[in-house]
Amino acid sequence: MNKVTNVKFAGLGGQGILTCTDILGRVVFDMGNDVKKAEVHGMSQRGGSITSDLRFGDKVLSPMISAGQADFLVVMGEDLVEANQYFLKDGGMLVKPSDFEVDQLTNKRTLNVALLGALSKHMPFSVEQWMDAVRAQLPERLHEVNEAAFMLGRGE
Amino acid sequence: MSSERKLMSGNEAVALGTKHAGCALGVGYPGTPSTEILENYAKLEDCKAQWAPNEKVALEVGIGVAFAGTRTIITMKHVGLNVAADPLFTVAYTGVTGGMVLAVADDPGMASSQNEQDSRNYARAAGVPLLEPADSQEAYDMTKLAFEISERWGQPVILRLSTRVCHSKTIVIPSESKPVPQADYVRDISGRVMIPAYARPAHKRMRAKLAEIEEWNNAEGPNPIIGNSTKLGIIANGVTALHAQEAAPDAKVMKLGMVYPLPMKAILEFIDSVDDCIIIEESDPFIQTEVQAAGGKVRPRLERYRYGELDVIRVKRIIDGDDSEEAAPPRGKPPQLCDGCPHRASFKLLKNIGCTITGDIGCYTLGVLPPFETMDTCICMGGSIGIGLGMRHVLPEEQARKVVSVIGDGTFMHSGLTGVADMICNRPKYGHVIVILDNGTTAMTGLQEHPGTGKTLDHQPAEKTVSIEATCEAMGVDKVVVLDPSREMERFEQAVRDALASDDLTVIIARRPCILAVARDAKIKRGEKVR
Ligand code: SF4
Repeated sequence: MNKVTNVKFAGLGGQGILTCTDILGRVVFDMGNDVKKAEVHGMSQRGGSITSDLRFGDKVLSPMISAGQADFLVVMGEDLVEANQYFLKDGGMLVKPSDFEVDQLTNKRTLNVALLGALSKHMPFSVEQWMDAVRAQLPERLHEVNEAAFMLGRGE
Repeated sequence: MSSERKLMSGNEAVALGTKHAGCALGVGYPGTPSTEILENYAKLEDCKAQWAPNEKVALEVGIGVAFAGTRTIITMKHVGLNVAADPLFTVAYTGVTGGMVLAVADDPGMASSQNEQDSRNYARAAGVPLLEPADSQEAYDMTKLAFEISERWGQPVILRLSTRVCHSKTIVIPSESKPVPQADYVRDISGRVMIPAYARPAHKRMRAKLAEIEEWNNAEGPNPIIGNSTKLGIIANGVTALHAQEAAPDAKVMKLGMVYPLPMKAILEFIDSVDDCIIIEESDPFIQTEVQAAGGKVRPRLERYRYGELDVIRVKRIIDGDDSEEAAPPRGKPPQLCDGCPHRASFKLLKNIGCTITGDIGCYTLGVLPPFETMDTCICMGGSIGIGLGMRHVLPEEQARKVVSVIGDGTFMHSGLTGVADMICNRPKYGHVIVILDNGTTAMTGLQEHPGTGKTLDHQPAEKTVSIEATCEAMGVDKVVVLDPSREMERFEQAVRDALASDDLTVIIARRPCILAVARDAKIKRGEKVR
């Protein structure tokens, strides 16, 4: 059966959720999946609420994740849980900053990638695959700090 | 082949399709969600693109390119099509020689727009064929198809996109590329000068071409039928067809790629092939109305789904005939002016003074939200000036003297200039005050250039800059004041108070760059890539 995985990211404009959606998108794209990524930006870039959807599998039709359909919900802050919980399906997994030692992040701007590290524990991709995608999506001078953030999120 | 597989946004796919169709010049006005089409196009090798001060000028430039016999794309958002509507209706009569595609992005649900108008109505009203892709692959393919249709019938073609298609990334496998046709002018006065004597036959020619295009759309248009159920049939267009396929995997779906002129013969045959047929479309009941008028037996439309975007769950509800109230999603945090935004000081001041503000479209529209809550109206690009003038003309003195038009520099270039001309000529009794919040960029849509920034689309210096202050003075404004809203607060306050108290026509230019533009320009200087 065609199984589609739905990952919803929620944050505020400027926190880097589009970047982390792109990184996951890269991982699954490189593995040959069908991928659809939907985001709403524009006004929301000015610090407003923003969500981004990533769907992948053999064949993805709609690009959007409806209410109650997300297998994973990744939030950039604990205060975003309440407003976005309704996207999660029964038995779906919530990934949030308190899942890891968030105050050990050397650079707060890498929180998005640290959350991917936390998410990665629940996904069947190797650390190397994630790292390749991180490096492909970010400029070189940010590689080291983001790799460290990813590993912190992953708890390794 | 797999090396050719790319993950692209709809906007990137339109840009690549445009290059591969052999386009000579891309021109447009930035507007979310259409902005990145031209930005991406300009980055492709040998692709030339430029911003126009507004959509009407963009379309006019495009008409020139197409009259010269080569290919052009014009990009804008749905509300921009209103601005470009004047030339659109007439170029539909004259037709074009080279291929001309208007990429118009609608925003159902209003992620960042002032209305959710449906551009398909323009296709019907102006008589312009319209294609509607569902994902990035189709955006790529249909861009090329749109150029082909345009050139084959010598008519402009609209490529209607939506936020979901523009900003979603899906997989694209590109195909072969065409060279850019050489421009060459051939005079055709009766075909292109639309005086009534020449326009009358032109209108008939246009309708005849549309009839031919409809025939083509019936026979070989991009309208695949998926599945073979005889029970439930669904007719859908664009991204809603994908929602429908997912919501009802067993239904037979007719996925309309060319929505105007509709392939009515094929549609009626489809309806006959199923027991129960339902039309699913976002925004207005465009297909629904046409099909019912042609006698197609389809389920009645549920009005509640006209509002906002559709998704799989909402489409399931439509299929189930569920007209019950929908749960409202929890409210998120609204956008805000950036910390350190130069507009903050300006709004604080105008609020303290107690002005009535006719506002406009841009980042500064956010001045309507707390903590400022200082904007009384916001209708359309440039509207602040005309609306302010109207109020000044009729309000009693005490109220009239409070009215200030607030507009940004990019919006001023787009359609504020004609408002100033009106102010000079039809001068209100107590004068008028315009505050131009000049942050040196088109911030809201992602920091694009305009004639007042003195840079071209790729952020390189233009030959000359249009000076806002010199233009206002030359037009006949009594008093023009230029100041820095953050550093010269007292002077700013005095200038506003003086202007409100006098009967002058005053323009106050509050000039301080957008902090994001400053950061972006620093990156460009360091030679770093900017998004
Ligand atoms: S992007 Fe620029 S103009 Fe817009 S709110 Fe931020 S600082 Fe202000």
